Amino acid sequence: MVVEILISACLVISGIFGLVGSIGLIKLPDPMMRLHAPTKATTLGVGGALVASMLYFEFVVGRFSFHELMITLFLFLTAPITGHFIAKTHLHLGHKPEDLPPTGSDRPWASYESDEARAAVETPESAASEAARKG
Amino acid sequence: MIGYALTFAFGCFGLALLLNIYRIVNAPTVGDRILALDTMVINAIALLALFGILEGTAVYFEASMLIAMTGFISTVSYTRYLLRGDIIE
Repeated sequence: MVVEILISACLVISGIFGLVGSIGLIKLPDPMMRLHAPTKATTLGVGGALVASMLYFEFVVGRFSFHELMITLFLFLTAPITGHFIAKTHLHLGHKPEDLPPTGSDRPWASYESDEARAAVETPESAASEAARKG
Repeated sequence: MIGYALTFAFGCFGLALLLNIYRIVNAPTVGDRILALDTMVINAIALLALFGILEGTAVYFEASMLIAMTGFISTVSYTRYLLRGDIIE
């Protein structure tokens, strides 16, 4: 009975989180805000569904299965990477480097810094002064 | 009780999938379209996990693992293509 309540709670919570993630994708006004809803809420939703499935197979069917944990781990590892890539795409396609807030140092945003510019800046002296500035 | 909760979760994820389709059809920017496709993949994985509970078989987990990998690779390659104009440099 306790297990049934636990599984049902997992399922309901995961459904609500999945729905909230997709509603956020529709409703939020700014593209960078819209990035938050699916990468966080939907990932938690699918994690809840997979945990519910694991509990169900463990306690109701009586057969432990490891696959759900693997899928959850994979999704939790890849969600930040896809979020980062989509944010970068949005930054490069929708904004000019001049429009972005200042970085607080003489270097530009890392995403706009080309490899040659980085190699020119990163001489040993500058690396030492950077380290000294950071304390 | 699990049956009711399962039906509720099916409804939620199905509705989420429909909202994602709406977002793909009229996305304001390309980034939103990629994001909607990525969310759609994740919702499909959740639906497959729920269907596995309903049927009581573990067959669908291999399928959802494959869908997860394909979704990740396709998202990364699409964004990579938009950023660099090339997928494998």
